[in-house]
Amino acid sequence: MITSNLPALQVVVPLLAGPLCVLLRREDVSYAIALLASWASFAMSILLLMAVLENGPISFAFGGWEPPWGIEYRIDSVNAYVLLIVAAIGAIVITYARPSVAYEIEPQRRYLFYTAYLLCLAGLLGVTITGDAFNVFVFLEISSLSSYVLISLGRDRQALTAAYRYLIFGTIGATFYLIGVGLLYQTTGTLNMADLAERVSTVTDSRTVRVAFAFMAVGLAMKAALFPLHIWLPNAYAYAPSVVSVFLAATATKVSVYLLLRVYFTIFGTPFAIQTMGLGDALMPLAILAMFVGSAVAIFQPDIKRMLAYSSVAQIGYMVLGIGIATTVGLTAGILHLFNHALMKGALFMAMGCVFYRLGSVRLEAMHGIGKTMPWTMGAFVVGGLSLIGVPATAGFVSKWYLILAAFERDWWWAAVLVLLSSLLAIIYVWRVIEVAYFRPPSDSAATAAEAPSVMVVPMWVLAGANVYFGLDTRVSVGVAQQAAKSLMDGGV
Amino acid sequence: MTDMLSPGLILIAGAALLPLLRGVWQRGFMLLLPLLGFWQTLTLDPGAQGAVEMFGVTLTTLRVDPLSLVFAYIFHLAALLSAIYALHVRDTVQHVAGMAYAGAAIGAVFAGDLITLFVYWELTAITSVFLIWARREEKSYWTGLRYLIVQVGSGVVLLAGIVIHQHQSGSIAFVQLTLGELGPTLIFLAFGVKCAFPILHSWLQDSYPEATVTGTVFLSAFTTKLAVYALARSFAGTEMLIWIGATMAAFPIFYAVIENDLRRVLAYSLISQLGYMVVGVGIGTELALNGAAAHAFCHILYKALLFMSMGAVLLRAGTVKGSELGGLYKSMPWTAGFCVIGAASISAFPLFSGFISKSMIITASADGGHWVVWGVLMFTSAGALHYLGIKVPYFAFFAHDSGIRVKEAPVNMLLAMAVTALLCVGIGVFPGSLYAILPFPVHYAPYTATHVITQLQLLLFSALAFAVLIRFGIYPVQMKSVTLDSDWVYRRLAPRAVRAVWRRVSALQGRYGKVAARGLNHLLVVVFHYHGPDGVLARTWPIGGAALWVLILLGGFLIVYFV
Repeated sequence: MITSNLPALQVVVPLLAGPLCVLLRREDVSYAIALLASWASFAMSILLLMAVLENGPISFAFGGWEPPWGIEYRIDSVNAYVLLIVAAIGAIVITYARPSVAYEIEPQRRYLFYTAYLLCLAGLLGVTITGDAFNVFVFLEISSLSSYVLISLGRDRQALTAAYRYLIFGTIGATFYLIGVGLLYQTTGTLNMADLAERVSTVTDSRTVRVAFAFMAVGLAMKAALFPLHIWLPNAYAYAPSVVSVFLAATATKVSVYLLLRVYFTIFGTPFAIQTMGLGDALMPLAILAMFVGSAVAIFQPDIKRMLAYSSVAQIGYMVLGIGIATTVGLTAGILHLFNHALMKGALFMAMGCVFYRLGSVRLEAMHGIGKTMPWTMGAFVVGGLSLIGVPATAGFVSKWYLILAAFERDWWWAAVLVLLSSLLAIIYVWRVIEVAYFRPPSDSAATAAEAPSVMVVPMWVLAGANVYFGLDTRVSVGVAQQAAKSLMDGGV
Repeated sequence: MTDMLSPGLILIAGAALLPLLRGVWQRGFMLLLPLLGFWQTLTLDPGAQGAVEMFGVTLTTLRVDPLSLVFAYIFHLAALLSAIYALHVRDTVQHVAGMAYAGAAIGAVFAGDLITLFVYWELTAITSVFLIWARREEKSYWTGLRYLIVQVGSGVVLLAGIVIHQHQSGSIAFVQLTLGELGPTLIFLAFGVKCAFPILHSWLQDSYPEATVTGTVFLSAFTTKLAVYALARSFAGTEMLIWIGATMAAFPIFYAVIENDLRRVLAYSLISQLGYMVVGVGIGTELALNGAAAHAFCHILYKALLFMSMGAVLLRAGTVKGSELGGLYKSMPWTAGFCVIGAASISAFPLFSGFISKSMIITASADGGHWVVWGVLMFTSAGALHYLGIKVPYFAFFAHDSGIRVKEAPVNMLLAMAVTALLCVGIGVFPGSLYAILPFPVHYAPYTATHVITQLQLLLFSALAFAVLIRFGIYPVQMKSVTLDSDWVYRRLAPRAVRAVWRRVSALQGRYGKVAARGLNHLLVVVFHYHGPDGVLARTWPIGGAALWVLILLGGFLIVYFV
């Protein structure tokens, strides 16, 4: 009973836990509920991934309405993997969250924070799990609306404008997606992804389908913050409360990239998306620009959260580059980087959360000599930073390795060179922080700072440790990514 | 899982944790690490294990056989003793470097393929250099840099050799190789650099005396013996090694006699002792290889003991120049005693460890009919007493009283020296315990009447010669000087050449440099203009402008698809 309903529970648990927090209105109870629901989601996502790896895709029909008429949840190796990433990050972040939330958010709003957090988690999980193109839009809106709330909870007054900006662009993105879905529905008369995939392949000559493709591609690129549609991202991440930055940086864009994959490769099908529409050629220059512009801007940023946000823009470039290479190895690299980037950015933003908790600032000049007084925090930052650069024995190295492998496989040696060159830029912006933190005499605030509470340090090191672990033992991460890439290239749902 | 873990990794991982600990915990943990590694070594099953699939090649990270085990044992022992000796040091950098260095050497000993060997090989270089830099002086900085260049250079040569070898033979197994092809020759050369082959040796006596008091003890144990192990693994029975080894054994004597810095004397004698091991490897019979392994084992101990005692002198008296010391036995009696035990061991007095290992190699050379080599080794053996066995303790602790009055060495140093000294004597008295762990079964009895008498005669005449030379004042005066040998090439010649090239370059630079600098500057200004905090790409764009981009992109898509 429970196992057969797992796909539904995966989303329903956090979705119902959210309103429960509003009803109870107490901060500690809300936290307990959020903690419980997040870890339950994590457990369920593990069970789902194991079930999928063992028995193949799972289909779950809501309310007994058989697909393609009813809403179908469909889990294969691709989204089971993304579900696991999102749920794992969700659980680790909520464990870390409490002191940081208490420091940054006013007491009467804290239960709202937990509500919005749970809704956002439910939305992201929903987008990932569903097999229905319109249902995607619904969950996309749930996650987006709740993340606007989350961002606007930031202390800085700029958080409001950042949230507003994100709202506008998020809405444009979602609307474009919806227009695309509408056009497809008009042509094919179905909303179920598997069904759509079957019917779209018969009407690929139709201009309506091509316009739908364009709308969906642009809309999702916007949600994924692909250069030059990334403008909402840096401020949103920089001014949001620290916990929100961790959570969104590690999950939100990943889910959008997943959706991009789903739409391109499953609904429209590999031959149509790649050969007919020349998707690879369209994505490639944007990805490369993202890699360089994002890194170059990051180098000059005085605010480290903003620096990490721009670095995210660059890292999304790597993922899209993998997708644009459009071979099984390329997709593997892209999906792998989705996973690894969640690990490294999670650890890095968590470290910044700890620094902000003690110093009240994450600007470079406040962090002079912080390595001495907060050794665990900055240690995690160094590990995450090394992974970001792609030093061997870290997760970042593995994904770059596959990316370069994929580039060579297609004889795009210049792409491999560009990946390496942009990694050099990452060395510069990570080194800036390390130099200031370890080799400068402590600033007044840094000299008196203490290490962050262990509730924050332990989850942070779990992620930092995962960066090293998945850099050494790649059986799980690469294995699943390869399987996912293969199933996408074969066009299965 | 744990039965596939290389003990070296335990030490390296532990070393990485050291900075997180403080005070007593840090010191306790440091002592625990070699014990943990040793425990792991004891639980290993023989055979090749720890296969790691990496980028299409199967690496054997753990090969356990008698040869690797004997080196692993002594490396753990050396790590523990050095750690005790360094216990009073309040410098986390040195502790981390020392432990990681020991771990890398142990990992290399267990390497079953050349790639794994290369990784650990480079790691020993990178970690050990910090033991030199930790002195934090201008001079040691440059020495460390020279050391690093040579060591990493050896790694690069090794890698080149491995790649070529793999290309030709398709194998990366770390097994017996034959010289002749380019690949194995390069590998041989790389081993030779670390093993301080003649002409390639000068990094050793350049760097070891410049390291910190405790760092030298670490350094003396691992790098060169790792190279001996590697040679024994891949080039056992290569005849060229016999001659290289004999040369190594003999030539440092002359430098050692005239050298004034006593730690440098020890460094020269280290090369000489390595020569014995190389000869043993070159002969390649079971007895000779046993001898090489046994000699490495004993040599690590007594050379560590000697470096420890000189380190204690340096720590207390502030110098180890023979010309400035003397009469220290009054203030440092224990250190003096331990130093004499170490000296007796290296001179191969019966009942001391050097005797039972050195004689195996000498006998093996006689058995093989290498009479010239046998003569050289006998001569060196006598010389060892002369230039080291007597000279070092004599000038440091006895001779004319220099008037230096200092405190005895710290307790932890004395403890480390005491344990090491005990081991030196213990192995000398009970050789069976060492012979039991050697790679091949031992049918050799060191304590025969002829052997003992020959050795004593040799030693007595050598001592007599020393006494006569000192008595009549003919002994080379201990002078303040830097003895140059083949390091002249890079201390004098290379800088001269570099300077000459640099003059040309700067002439060119004067002409074109300004243009290049202006171009670079301009580039940076442009990059900063667009990417800097206020640059157009980093600014928060107005919503309208940003939305325009969306339209442009959508329009672009549509135009492309419709045309």
